[in-house]
Amino acid sequence: MRFRTTLTVTAGTSALALLTGCGAADMTKQASPFANARGAKSVTLSVQSWVGAQSNVAVAQYLLEHKLGYRVDTVQVDEVPAWDALSQGRVDAILEDWGHPDQEKRYVTDKRTITRGGDLGVTGHIGWFVPTYLVKQHPDITDWKNLDKYASLFRTAESGGKGQLMDGSPSYVTNDKALVKNLKLDYQVVFAGSEAAQITQMKQFAKEKKPFLTYWYSPQWLFRKVPMTEVKLPPYKEGCDADAAKVACAYPHTPLQKYLNAGFAKSGGSAAAFLKKFKWTTEDQNEVSLMIADQKLSPQEAARKWVDGHPSVWKRWLS
Amino acid sequence: MATIAAPASRPALPGPLRNRAAAKLLVLAVVAAVAVPLLHSRWGSGAWPHALTVDLSKPLTGASNWVIDNRDSHPLFLYFFGYISNAVVLSVRGVYLTLLAAGWMGVTAFTALVAWRVAGVRLAAGTAVAFLACGALGMWVPTMQTLALMVVAVLVSVAVGALLGLAAGLSDRLDRALRPVLDTMQVLPAFAYLLPVVLVFGIGVPAAVLATVVYAAPPMARLTALGLRGADPEVLEAVESLGATAPQRLLTARIPLARKELLLGLNQTIMMALSMAVIASVIGAGGLGDRVYQALASVDVGAALAAGIPIVLLAVVLDRVTAAAGDGTTRSRTIGLPYALAVTVAVAVGGRLLGRLDWPSSWTLAIAEPVNRAVDWMTAHLYSGVPVVGGTADWAGHFTTWILDPVRAGLQWLPWWAVLLLVAAAAWLIGTWRTALTAVLAMAAIGVLGVWQPSLDTLSQVLAAVAVTLVLGFATGIAAARSDRVERVLRPVLDVFQTMPQFVYLIPVVALFGVGRAPAVAAAVVYALPAVVRITTQGLRQVDAAALESARSLGATGRQQLWQVQLPLARRSLLLALNQGVVLVLAVVIIGGLVGGGALGYDVAFGLAQGDLATGLVAGAAIVCLGLMLDRVTQPTGRRPTKGA
Repeated sequence: MRFRTTLTVTAGTSALALLTGCGAADMTKQASPFANARGAKSVTLSVQSWVGAQSNVAVAQYLLEHKLGYRVDTVQVDEVPAWDALSQGRVDAILEDWGHPDQEKRYVTDKRTITRGGDLGVTGHIGWFVPTYLVKQHPDITDWKNLDKYASLFRTAESGGKGQLMDGSPSYVTNDKALVKNLKLDYQVVFAGSEAAQITQMKQFAKEKKPFLTYWYSPQWLFRKVPMTEVKLPPYKEGCDADAAKVACAYPHTPLQKYLNAGFAKSGGSAAAFLKKFKWTTEDQNEVSLMIADQKLSPQEAARKWVDGHPSVWKRWLS
Repeated sequence: MATIAAPASRPALPGPLRNRAAAKLLVLAVVAAVAVPLLHSRWGSGAWPHALTVDLSKPLTGASNWVIDNRDSHPLFLYFFGYISNAVVLSVRGVYLTLLAAGWMGVTAFTALVAWRVAGVRLAAGTAVAFLACGALGMWVPTMQTLALMVVAVLVSVAVGALLGLAAGLSDRLDRALRPVLDTMQVLPAFAYLLPVVLVFGIGVPAAVLATVVYAAPPMARLTALGLRGADPEVLEAVESLGATAPQRLLTARIPLARKELLLGLNQTIMMALSMAVIASVIGAGGLGDRVYQALASVDVGAALAAGIPIVLLAVVLDRVTAAAGDGTTRSRTIGLPYALAVTVAVAVGGRLLGRLDWPSSWTLAIAEPVNRAVDWMTAHLYSGVPVVGGTADWAGHFTTWILDPVRAGLQWLPWWAVLLLVAAAAWLIGTWRTALTAVLAMAAIGVLGVWQPSLDTLSQVLAAVAVTLVLGFATGIAAARSDRVERVLRPVLDVFQTMPQFVYLIPVVALFGVGRAPAVAAAVVYALPAVVRITTQGLRQVDAAALESARSLGATGRQQLWQVQLPLARRSLLLALNQGVVLVLAVVIIGGLVGGGALGYDVAFGLAQGDLATGLVAGAAIVCLGLMLDRVTQPTGRRPTKGA
């Protein structure tokens, strides 16, 4: 233990000596201590908890490591803290953002510590979904106006006598509580608390062909395992979700965005240029996601398979 | 705890003591008779009155915005927090680079040699195997990241803890001042202070290390103080008579005499830091915890387990080695330190020359797939439709409807002043008026924070989980106390349960019990059970052999011995087990929030995920208050264990 102690102490003191020389210690410019180990050029990417985000990162990581010679670190962070981390340079890029106007205003417009990285090429959509086997039994269940009629089908121990509308992770964008209230539905929003829990529960329900109603989003690999149909909510109009308490309309379709740390975007060399050009389709992303989540390939392996099969797509990103 | 020792109720209650309990209740009844009509007419009954709440969301949001806007310009950050943050980053980086430079051969050789030196050949072999297993699971680099973080966090915790402990050990006044602080730090669930730390330091290693220090320093401080105070007065007198100055006395007598406590403190600090290393993955600490967390995103229990096992191995190895060092029994001086260093350097250089610094990727075992298959089988066959007993989903439904719902409904139906009275009565009967006062104030603070209803929801889950834990824990503990073989078999199982990152349970509990409060309770039971079993076993085994022998000679059957001799004599340990069960169950509330438990756990998770200080911090504070209240209500006077015993 003493050996390592001495080392740490030396590292600590030299660090302090170094710092006192520099004056102010700028907290906005700090990379992860695990970055650039052994002198390799490195990029730190943030991963969010859903598999689509993992797929983006896996493919970007594979190409950065094997074609551009970078070392890639990944950090799992929720969406809003990821913005904060991006602004401080703890991570260099977010590859899939579902729209955070407040954060965008604060960091991109006002503080200018984050810059836009362009479209990811994938369009995201949130909605309420029921399994397709249930639609076959009750074809009119896909309209919100008929949901009350079927509330008893969706009752669980947690929903307190009402129908259960299952929501997922606390980090996701959701208006569901307001929607249930404003549309006067006989439903109770039950938060699964994490996407992992939500998916596990959906798979269990699907295995027994039980009815369920859930908050869900596309693109998502689970649709191929558990076919689901969207329930029609009152149509989305620009600005109808402006007041969070009064929302009574569906969720919009969002072209997903990439964001880069401003310093990295300027001086990140070929890695930054590559990440700005990174753009693929929903099908591409789903292909990788399904390999990771369903066939349980490691993200690296899934990325390698996809890269081997689609040279024409990623060659554009490197030029 | 600065409390006056007051005997509480005993199984065979002698007259005066029973009167004492009755007197306490009488006093409370009188207070209630006067106060309740007043309170009722002023604020009404039912849930906590709105007039008595304080809305903190404005100031908290303001504070959070101020920090974000000033983080890169204000001197407080530039010249204080910035330095701390940089120092942490650079130290962790230094250790990490050293570990990488040593290569897997060097690190394994070094740790095995150190283990050999302090703890003997068997533990050295175990250490080597454990490190090789981390590599074989494909987790070498994340293990080194976690190790680097741990080394720095433990060193800082030990330094901080030892300083506090030194102050408390040498000065009575400081001791009195520090005790409530350490008490509070110990009942705080770790998640409660992640959010403020993240706000100031941002996501990543500095925040993770500092949160770990807050969590892991108290046992070191407490045990250092204990060791210094416990030094044999005769030895000290002898040293004094030799004319030693105060600093000399401290260095030559008191600290060496406290060696055992200091090493136990180190051991406890390491264990707590390691358990925090995983929780810290939520705020981007990287390493093994991050791998566990990422595996969960694709609902991959096998991959989560592959990252969880190295954590368990590290914990078991570090625990055994530091515990052996504390014992001082196996110090056979097997190997000199210079020699050990020389071997390490030779191995590391050899590894480098062979080009074998990284763990060879072909040497990894793919355990993920068989594990996932096993989990799939379990959930497919146990979830529902099992003949006669019904599936786990049915049990979960019944548990929710028959136990959780009535308890929650009952608690939320009770008028707010009745809840406070109940808390006061429970705390006073088992402790002193001071503990009762703390408990009542903690409960009232929850009301003032405006989270009365969700807190009672959480409380109902905690109570149900504690009840299940105690039933299972006492039964297992009794079995282990009565049979050496059971205890031997149980030990590794308990080790695994206790050190396996709680996130790993997340998917299996949902797969078995569905989304809701039932899986939250299940996760809490799994986490709290080992401590309860251990304390129960230990307590029963420490029962005076003579008492047991005399009972046996009187012809008592095994059952009679247990009920009439062992359990009453082990009452203190059983109460301690209850207390630890409560504290540990509460520590998993946040995990409950991640599987549909709702209430406070969900709010804390929401606050962290959305960077919403107002929701997260208030819920975190409410968990802290619940923890304080439950700790006081279940705390027999005069006990002082360390968290996670």
